[in-house]
Amino acid sequence: MVKLNMVQAINLALDGEMARDENVITLGQDVGVNGGVFRVTDGLYKKYGEERVIDTPLAESGILGTSIGMALAGLKPVAEMQFSGFSYLMLGQLEGHASRLRSRTQGMMTVPLVVRMPYGGGVRALEHHSESHEATFAHVPGVKVVIPSTPSNARALLMAAIRDPDPVVFMEPKRSYRAFRENVDENTEPMELGKAQVVQEGTDLTVISWGAMMRPTLQAVDAVQNKHNVNLELIDLLTISPMDTETIAESVKKTGRCVVVQEAPRSFGPSSEIVATINDHALMYLEAPVRRVTGFDVVMPFFERELDYIPTEGRVIRAIEETLEF
Amino acid sequence: MKTTDKKAVKSAKKSSTPPESAAAGSFDLSKPSPVFTITHMQILDEQGNINHVDEPDLKPEKLKQLYEAMVLARAVDDRLLKLQRQGRIGTVPLCKGHEAINCASTLAMNDDDWFVGSYRDQGGRLMRGEPIENAMLYYNGCEEGATFPGGERTLPVSIIIGAQLLHAVGIAYAARLRGETNTAVVCHFGDGATSEGDFHEALNFASVWQVPVVFICTNNQWAISLPREKQTRSQTIAQKAIAYEMPGVQVDGNDALAVYQATHEALERARRGEGPTLIEAVTYRVLMHTTADDPTRYQEPEELANWEARDPLPRLKNYLVQKKLWDDSQQEELDARVKQQVDQAVANFESRTDFKPDAPFDYVFGTEHHRIEEQRAEFLNELNKESADG
Ligand SMILES: Cc1ncc(C[n+]2csc(CCOP(=O)(O)OP(=O)(O)O)c2C)c(N)n1
Ligand SMILES: [Mg+2]
Repeated sequence: MVKLNMVQAINLALDGEMARDENVITLGQDVGVNGGVFRVTDGLYKKYGEERVIDTPLAESGILGTSIGMALAGLKPVAEMQFSGFSYLMLGQLEGHASRLRSRTQGMMTVPLVVRMPYGGGVRALEHHSESHEATFAHVPGVKVVIPSTPSNARALLMAAIRDPDPVVFMEPKRSYRAFRENVDENTEPMELGKAQVVQEGTDLTVISWGAMMRPTLQAVDAVQNKHNVNLELIDLLTISPMDTETIAESVKKTGRCVVVQEAPRSFGPSSEIVATINDHALMYLEAPVRRVTGFDVVMPFFERELDYIPTEGRVIRAIEETLEF
Repeated sequence: MKTTDKKAVKSAKKSSTPPESAAAGSFDLSKPSPVFTITHMQILDEQGNINHVDEPDLKPEKLKQLYEAMVLARAVDDRLLKLQRQGRIGTVPLCKGHEAINCASTLAMNDDDWFVGSYRDQGGRLMRGEPIENAMLYYNGCEEGATFPGGERTLPVSIIIGAQLLHAVGIAYAARLRGETNTAVVCHFGDGATSEGDFHEALNFASVWQVPVVFICTNNQWAISLPREKQTRSQTIAQKAIAYEMPGVQVDGNDALAVYQATHEALERARRGEGPTLIEAVTYRVLMHTTADDPTRYQEPEELANWEARDPLPRLKNYLVQKKLWDDSQQEELDARVKQQVDQAVANFESRTDFKPDAPFDYVFGTEHHRIEEQRAEFLNELNKESADG
């Protein structure tokens, strides 16, 4: 066991997969000599050389388009978008080709690639460095969207994403990159994609979140349990798409109450999909409306205001209490 | 056109296969061979001596205005760095060494022209009328600093690399369609931006449409950690213009007079309806990419020292001194005035408290919508409870 932060854990996953399979390569802006602007790829250039750790020209569509070609021809590229805010420049390649080549060729051709990108707010960054637009990717059929929340699950999920036969968008909550360390098992096994994780079992209310929001959510869950005599169930979504219907539905059937915590703007996001899933599979078990604590449908403010716009522990506590009392 | 150094760059010189001699037979020899020339313009040498016959026709007042703008730009850059290091503002990109490019090109513009920049052109923004404290506000995470009164033709900082080139082309098209014959667009971007599709699309559109745009590429040799040689195999960035059938010139980006002259000529052409120009201004990023960057991981210190010796400020100053337009007492007076201006800006910036918390809701759309208003009410309510809770 070693104590690692999320950056180190992701680095370890990349290193491990590159050592295990020589077809795994990584490419992106500043990922080589500089080790990535967050140092996620630190040391890989030295270890694997410039042909497997590629400092690309500055072009997101170029990075993804060439990654698709590489994947078609037998490599397993792990492309880095320097920030999710610049990833929209590759959306044409992702939606138009990476997500569809399997369908278009009825399975003859596949595109096993990973696009990693830091996302989310709370780090006092410039414009375009703080958004949470996982819904943009989750809405594309044929693309898996994965968001880790801790060093351990980041490592295990990235291993799985790299071994997955399809394109995976791997969104890294940059606010959690160095926020804490935890023991990461040296013999980490890949975690199955498409599965949410019950982090804590409870009977009175289900709280669902993912990414950087897991921290304030955990704190809120602890605070409510300390204050009231209740048992809360906490679910870490981990894979946004395809979403784990079963874990969500089974939990809500048990508790009858649910609060969803999402950093992204409210409308058309994963929280909407969770509510719809509950509606489809557990509506008759509900004792209160499902409550959403989310960002707002505004352009992500510059950082002077950003913390007011990201869900806080306090907002989550109030939502849980009101839903319990309903 | 002023030229001091003509480099012939043969586009036929490609990688090794097929060998040039073998390929030659398949060329249609009746067509002109693809050989072209890129001119490199330098008017002031590194000591500030005129090294070319054609000095730009700039009145003493304009020359002094240019120098003063460059000194102010440097002072603002220094202060932004200091404020960031003291934790009083957030991440800042720095412009040290880019003052000749930013200020001399802006000096060549008129008020009807549009300034379409990136984030490494602070000196130009100040000349366009941006108050210094707005830069501080902007880099401290306030939308309030992104624009300024009178800045309707100065686009805010553009962080998405390359995107603004297309905006520049659209603006130029609109200006022409609307009969604004005195309007042209000056668009700034870096060497890294030339790799984005948007760069190529913009040059192509601009040329096909023959619109009045001057593209100025600040080739500072780096895009964060990526050196220019890994960004593009082209020997010059200026030569990329050739493919789009527009003039491409390379200038010494630390020579304010050369930058001025190249921009002036390109703007004149644009206003005459002769279409776009690409100017490559060669300089060096002498500081980190932004305050969040550590260039010791990828940069050789020797190269840096070479470039520091080519600082554009003393170069222009020496020229002014030689022309008897400048002396020590003027420099003292300027330094004091600039310091006072920057101090005042810091004071103004730090005394601002009028940040409406729900302002982001005001600017989602130009028309009201109940869904946004419902969320605004919820937002304000939550904010209240948050401050009540402590
Ligand atoms: C589309 C896009 N991709 C990536 C980035 C991250 N990024 C910010 S600056 C930069 C390098 C830009 O280099 P260059 O164009 O040479 O401009 P310079 O910073 O040298 O002025 C990169 C990759 C971005 N801002 N936008
Ligand atoms: Mg550059």
